[in-house]
Amino acid sequence: MEGMSIIVKKIVQLISALIFVFGMYSAIHGHINPGGGFAGGVLLSGAFILLIIAYGLDYFKLKQQTEATSIFESLSILIALLIAFSGLFAGSLYFFNNYFPAGTPGSLISGGLIPIYNVLIGVKVAATLSTIFFALIIYKEEIRR
Amino acid sequence: MTLYILCFILFLVGVYGVLTRRNLIKIVISLTIMEFSVFLMLVLVGYISGGLAPIVVHPEGSDISVVDPLPQTLVLTAAVIAVATNSMVLALAIRLYKKYGTFDIRKINELKG
Amino acid sequence: MENLLIIILVLMIIAALAAIHAKDLISAVIAQGFVGYGLVICFFLLKAPELALVQIVLETVTLIIILAVIYDSSMKEIGEPIGKRDIVTYSLSFVLVALFLYYFNKAIVGLNPFGEHTLRMSEMYVKEVLELTGSANLVKGVLWDFRGLDTLGEATVLFTAAMSVLVILRISGKKHQLTKK
Repeated sequence: MEGMSIIVKKIVQLISALIFVFGMYSAIHGHINPGGGFAGGVLLSGAFILLIIAYGLDYFKLKQQTEATSIFESLSILIALLIAFSGLFAGSLYFFNNYFPAGTPGSLISGGLIPIYNVLIGVKVAATLSTIFFALIIYKEEIRR
Repeated sequence: MTLYILCFILFLVGVYGVLTRRNLIKIVISLTIMEFSVFLMLVLVGYISGGLAPIVVHPEGSDISVVDPLPQTLVLTAAVIAVATNSMVLALAIRLYKKYGTFDIRKINELKG
Repeated sequence: MENLLIIILVLMIIAALAAIHAKDLISAVIAQGFVGYGLVICFFLLKAPELALVQIVLETVTLIIILAVIYDSSMKEIGEPIGKRDIVTYSLSFVLVALFLYYFNKAIVGLNPFGEHTLRMSEMYVKEVLELTGSANLVKGVLWDFRGLDTLGEATVLFTAAMSVLVILRISGKKHQLTKK
């Protein structure tokens, strides 16, 4: 799969940066707005997919990218598990203990640990969908050769 | 009740597609349609007429009725899972296409072995 | 409101039938996209903005993935000569559909009619999410605090799906690459 023309490439550079920023915004503000980790993660992976479709396969070293995304995928869910376990040692004894102060509802820093979990699941969803898409594209390319 | 029955008819269209189609991609599309109808059914059951979206804007006025948040939570996780598992089925499909050169499950069944 | 939903649902059913009976795969994929975006509108009308946002992005990603799978295959639907086996399949599926519809009609007698849902379990969630977690978005409060284990199970399924895609699609192993160099 080779890249498209220079106009498409330039437009995609601008658009995918905007999509990326909106994805991060959506993941960080998940506890006060609609959106959250799932929508943010899918938006982040959509930005990458758009870039790859426009620039073609040879521009990115996709095999290394796949290894990086699978590392991110495992790492983010591991950190989320560790945070969930750390609730066992803070205060009462149960999993997913939300031991941070709740704060005033509606402000950015509120909701205890929920924003952190949101960002982590956003990274995980983005890495998973990117891994699946990269695997499909690499397979198609290897068949053609 | 009409809405529930229509939603279930959408599910049945998916069942009909899975049973009668021979193309693997068509079977994946039918599975996706079945998943959509299940999501819609859950959200339909949780709807309260006159209710607001489950995001609290004014914490003081707490007697405003809100749509049930529990089905929406379940659907939120299920929607992402559905895409991942569907792409797993698609991966199997293109693997079969490379080996047998067709998406037709009946021909694959004959060529097998 | 209810009439609007009924119209959208009927259109979705027609689009689903069109997707199943389309002659080539591209139009099938586009008709399936119609069903997905109709679902987005239904979610908006049913006061679920989160789900609408997730579904509208996921639908686009799904379309891209299916198109990436089929873009250098033949893209034609397999011709259907009606033989003995086809008649058996079709009649069996119609019987099954009729049975499902009959038992569904019996099963939804216990449900509340549309729009008159009573909160049973989530009454506690709606009342206490704000004080206990401080999250203004009730869905996120339920997702990450009261039902955190559910979400963890979801993450496990996602991980398993991604790993199985990697395993299924790997042509040459690492050992093979090393010897080639």
